Amino acid sequence: MSQAVMNGAAPAAPRKDKVETPFRRFVSEFAESKVALGGLVVFTAIALVAIFASVIAPQNPYDLAQLDIMDGRMEPGTVGGAGFTYWLGTDDQGRDMLSGIMYGLRISLMVGAGSAFIACVVGASLGLLAAYAGKRTDTVIMRLVDLQLSFPSILVALMILAFLGKGIMNVVIALVIVEWAYYARTVRGTALVERRREYIEAAQCLALPTHRILFRHLLPNCLPPLIVVATMQVARAIALEATLSFLGLGVPITEPSLGLLIANGYEYMLSGKYWISFYPGIALLITIVSINLVGDQLRDVLNPRLKK
Amino acid sequence: MTVYLVRRLIQALFVVLAMSVIVFVGVFAIGDPVEILISPDADQLERERAVAALGLDLPLWHQYLVFLGNALQGDLGRSFVFNEPALKLILQRMPATLELAFGAMFISILVGLPLGLYAGLRPNSPASKTIMAGSILGFSLPTFWVGLMLIMVFAVQLGWLPSTGRGETCSVLGFLGVQPCGAGLQWSFLTVDGLAHMAMPALNLALFKISLVIRLTRAGVRETMLMDYVKFARAKGLSPARVTFVHVFKNILIPVVTVVGLELGSTIAFSVVTESVFAWPGMGKLIIDSINVLDRPVIVAYLMIIVLMFITINLIVDLTYSMLDPRVRLETKGA
Repeated sequence: MSQAVMNGAAPAAPRKDKVETPFRRFVSEFAESKVALGGLVVFTAIALVAIFASVIAPQNPYDLAQLDIMDGRMEPGTVGGAGFTYWLGTDDQGRDMLSGIMYGLRISLMVGAGSAFIACVVGASLGLLAAYAGKRTDTVIMRLVDLQLSFPSILVALMILAFLGKGIMNVVIALVIVEWAYYARTVRGTALVERRREYIEAAQCLALPTHRILFRHLLPNCLPPLIVVATMQVARAIALEATLSFLGLGVPITEPSLGLLIANGYEYMLSGKYWISFYPGIALLITIVSINLVGDQLRDVLNPRLKK
Repeated sequence: MTVYLVRRLIQALFVVLAMSVIVFVGVFAIGDPVEILISPDADQLERERAVAALGLDLPLWHQYLVFLGNALQGDLGRSFVFNEPALKLILQRMPATLELAFGAMFISILVGLPLGLYAGLRPNSPASKTIMAGSILGFSLPTFWVGLMLIMVFAVQLGWLPSTGRGETCSVLGFLGVQPCGAGLQWSFLTVDGLAHMAMPALNLALFKISLVIRLTRAGVRETMLMDYVKFARAKGLSPARVTFVHVFKNILIPVVTVVGLELGSTIAFSVVTESVFAWPGMGKLIIDSINVLDRPVIVAYLMIIVLMFITINLIVDLTYSMLDPRVRLETKGA
């Protein structure tokens, strides 16, 4: 975590002898908002916790041998039979909530980031293609985008999971199908403007192959809005996955994500055993808020319309 | 305008058809309804008879045409679980979902628009910063978790509001001739008990929309304030109130109206989550239960109704949009 602080804080006070590159300007503008910087630090910490969950977690929640049913539904802070303290309590199976959350974060982040990445690749490629090819290709792709965006994400995801059934892979597929349209629309919008610029004309005059023009010339210039959308979509994907899992349509019970952990606590809620649902929710909330804070600041920094 | 309307109607029709194919083929892929419907003890002959009776032996395209023909006559199949027409099941639960969605929309506009306007006009005041921070929170909070927390605080700990169900409903007979279940429509918002039951779910459903309206309004105001016509209006010496409410407000209203209109559909869709949390007996809860037991006709019927609903909402929004913004009309004329 301290590493992340140093990385993030250093560009905030640039040394005078450094030349101002676009990247440095971007970093220093981003760092102007301490809140966004805080979001970045928190998110880095969360990502590290998720990656190293198996090392830091006090218990492996998937290993039934480590669980003690006698420790079920213990309040936060009680010392269990195994001799260590359950800081965030235990669920009905006697699983340490803290460990459960760490492992759950891993699945939530993996599903969220993975689907966002695949959707970004698919969506950006199709968006570029639509803008560059124009005519019929453009019409077909954009009609598809319009059609899909006219339905809310939860409905599309629900529909696809109703077709495919539960499972991590199916959730990823559903999320990709839900999200690709946002990327396609964003990239196409920027690319339409960019492709009329002189440098594209120059590249065409040099008779460069189309894929080279698309991915080496056009794409890099469409990146700023794409980055903003991608950041926001990761947060949305994580939230949507949690919602689907809560509804019982998402990840299987053997590998609970944060959403499923919350769902497990639902029935104990009314008897006042709040912690089974409360803490995974807090973890989910912090993750989503930190990503959104970063995305918000990115949008402000990268939006040329607000620079006046 | 007429040409525009006709073109949009034809488009909408094609979308409905395309969606019906997707839904039908998709749901067909779920699993073999024969396995669910026919008891495993049935012998081969009985199985074949049942398959033929359900029309499951026909090729897929033929089944689709039968389905489409029936759907046009208002028959979307019978629920495997309830053994009742799927359409009737859904329409029975529709008022509950609709009143929840409208309640949520009402709350979100009532709260969101003034807050967003304020935050846009005074972007640097501490109050605006608080509003925006709150909206980020409202955006990020997972709906279902907030619902659980609301139940925990207001139902379990404080005991102010009931946690589940619709409460006492008031029946309104023959509402515009629409009588989905033979009897009158049941509404919660007409009784005090019903309102108490509705308060938490509606607020829960509204949270996301409030944030959305705040952000949209604020962004619109901030961008509009930089426009030349606003500067000109100010230079002309118009009162700040007139500049704000006529010149700025009118222009930001277009995106806000569009989004709020479109969001009605998504509010209905997202009520799936809220209904599951608060055990609100609407369409959303029905579809989740149906997916879990693979009740095919209900899934198909729900998806088709929702698709129809969405296309209608989109059509209305587009038409409103073209009325609010003359450029949309002119564009279609030019093309």
